[in-house]
Amino acid sequence: MSEAVIEITSTKSGEVETAIYEHPLPVRVCHWLNVGALFVMVGSGLQIFRAFPSFGPKIPQVNLLHWPRPFALGGWLGGGLQWHLTFMWIYMGTGAVYIGYQLLSGHYKQVLFVPRDIPGIWPMVRHYFFFGPKPPATEAYNPLQKQAYTTVLILGVLSVLTGFAIWKPVQFSWLAWLMGGFNYARIWHFAVMWAILVFIFGHLVMVALHGWSNFVSMLTGWKRNPDYALPWEMNAPAMAEEVDSASTEVPSEEAEKEVASSEIMEPEGADKAPPDGGSESV
Amino acid sequence: MDSKIPERKFNQMNRRELFKIAPVVALGAFAVPKLQEPLLKKGLAFSDWASGKLFRKGHLAPTFEDSRLTPFERFPINGYDVEDPGVDFDVWTLTVSGAVKKPGDYKLEQIQSLPKITQNVRHVCVEGWDVIGRFSGVRLSDFLQMIGADMTAKFVCVECADDYYEYLDMATAMHPQSLLCYDMYDRPLTREHGAPLRLNIPTKIGYKQAKYLTDLKVSHVLERVGYWEDQGYSEFYGL
Repeated sequence: MSEAVIEITSTKSGEVETAIYEHPLPVRVCHWLNVGALFVMVGSGLQIFRAFPSFGPKIPQVNLLHWPRPFALGGWLGGGLQWHLTFMWIYMGTGAVYIGYQLLSGHYKQVLFVPRDIPGIWPMVRHYFFFGPKPPATEAYNPLQKQAYTTVLILGVLSVLTGFAIWKPVQFSWLAWLMGGFNYARIWHFAVMWAILVFIFGHLVMVALHGWSNFVSMLTGWKRNPDYALPWEMNAPAMAEEVDSASTEVPSEEAEKEVASSEIMEPEGADKAPPDGGSESV
Repeated sequence: MDSKIPERKFNQMNRRELFKIAPVVALGAFAVPKLQEPLLKKGLAFSDWASGKLFRKGHLAPTFEDSRLTPFERFPINGYDVEDPGVDFDVWTLTVSGAVKKPGDYKLEQIQSLPKITQNVRHVCVEGWDVIGRFSGVRLSDFLQMIGADMTAKFVCVECADDYYEYLDMATAMHPQSLLCYDMYDRPLTREHGAPLRLNIPTKIGYKQAKYLTDLKVSHVLERVGYWEDQGYSEFYGL
């Protein structure tokens, strides 16, 4: 894909719309493979949990909860283990490819929550939960989304680490030890699963409420009529426009410092670009 | 903005991009009844292969102080069939066969003449519970030396008085914490815990630690895997 931003001439009206290529192929493939893998991991994990639904001693056994068999995958403990020990490779594989691709391509900037996203959190919370005004979109994901996606990535890594501590408490005894022992590793593994399920619930609610174009873009990569001006790659200038009046008054020395401090997050050569260059062309 | 395309072309491009992620539906193969079992079998075999690679000969399982021991009466008894297969201790021997220099019937006293090892280790059940127990016995590696086992053989297979059967890979059998166990909690094994001789393998899951041993065979090929493995559980299941 040569261009991340294109203009489309509508067949009916002849009007010009924009579209942005948001999700490169590896991201989309990993996302949907992971949907399948996560479904299996949760379903079979609950089947395994059913064999000993407790975090206390075996004698006397006090069950934490009775998880009904129809809501578990594999039919029995051995079946659940087969699914779990098979799909964990797909789960880890998609996770590894996703993270590797994001880091190498620089595409991680679209999802990674960074300190400068913090001030944007509260306005988004106010908008979602307290009917506050909608903060203007400046990039593919708002600060709250980035926070959620970054958190769930960390949870994904934790699910693997806690899983290894349970599967290999001898070879990875240091992992189990870090988590407070084998039994605590089981508790963490279980807790991480619920945390991921909470994310998925919120994710699905958001997609259902106003995510159709987001849903489509995770399938085709393209988002039509995005509510933000430019893709991340050209995002720095777009943000400069937003704080236009303020930034013109900032002494250039200060501005340079700002660029330096957020250097990791800036695309290559961003500091060389004219301050308003990108947004002018919209 | 350099590229300006008609809507028709944009829709075409979208369809093409959608087709590109179509391989994802290959996961659906797991939902096909005919393919499901062989695929899961392959997945489990892959996990077992990885388990073998992760196993380290010299890496010891954690050991624990006496204060961490699960009280003996709270150490679960998990027989697959009967709790007491009625072994006659007076005539009991361990029948050794296969790739060994000295096959034959070994009495408990002969086995006990080897150095005695005592260890407080974690016993993990495939169901998810775990206990810390105190086990004493002789190193399986010492016994294999005693019987003149061929160290190039790959497997150590055992059979039990209750018709249970299991196997260990040679690397695990040679692990310094792998025991032929005859004492638990400083007392002779009770019948329900596998008297007179059982395996204690802290680097393996519980079901590999067979009780009521009657036969031990050193083998180059695996004739029979294990009771639970034949029901669909992992073959290697190293911890």
